[in-house]
Amino acid sequence: MAIKICAEVFDPYLEIQAYQNENPSKGGAVGATSIFIGTMRDFNEGDAVKGMTLEYYPGMTEKQLEKIITEARQQWHVIDTLVVHRVGEILPAQPIVLVAVWASHRGDAFDACRYIMDALKSKAPFWKKELLATEDERWVVENTDGYKRC
Amino acid sequence: MLMSIKVRYFASLKESVGRSEDNLAFTGLSTVNEVWNRANPGRSLPANILAAVNMDYVELDSNVKDGDEVAFFPPVTGG
Repeated sequence: MAIKICAEVFDPYLEIQAYQNENPSKGGAVGATSIFIGTMRDFNEGDAVKGMTLEYYPGMTEKQLEKIITEARQQWHVIDTLVVHRVGEILPAQPIVLVAVWASHRGDAFDACRYIMDALKSKAPFWKKELLATEDERWVVENTDGYKRC
Repeated sequence: MLMSIKVRYFASLKESVGRSEDNLAFTGLSTVNEVWNRANPGRSLPANILAAVNMDYVELDSNVKDGDEVAFFPPVTGG
């Protein structure tokens, strides 16, 4: 299990590869790897967004992520997990979050990955402040349910 | 008994109170809500604000003890 808070741009695909290379013992037990990557959009709430600052609560953020992963491991058969989250100044198209789950079976991998990501959105102390194309700044007030609004 | 409590504020709440932390040393503090009132006299705690003690979420009527770190912040928006 690894949790990383990154102040610099990260490549989620290289993070996954590096983590797998560092943890070869998972070997043949893994039959399913589920990955979620969240990247920054250049629009929100009908406005063009050209940048974002992500604040967090050092210590509590990691503690809550550990609790979330423990909860996932109690519900599903998970072999390993990797969570990477950006903080600081972010530009559109840059990765914000990576959740990777290794399991023997796809149901456990899919469900645990979704649980960790959804719980992160509601419990891990991160806060986004958007810089709009108009140069106005605004805090994101709440996370959405994750679906496009019609 | 004199209690030392570190109070921390984050994100939009940090901007609205105008500081990131307080260090309180008072007697008779017993709940998270009282910590807010002592640190922010005359200022009501906004309705949607979340609280944590020693980096775990708590209710506002939770007790605090000497040496605790109490944090107040708006709903989280990561991911």
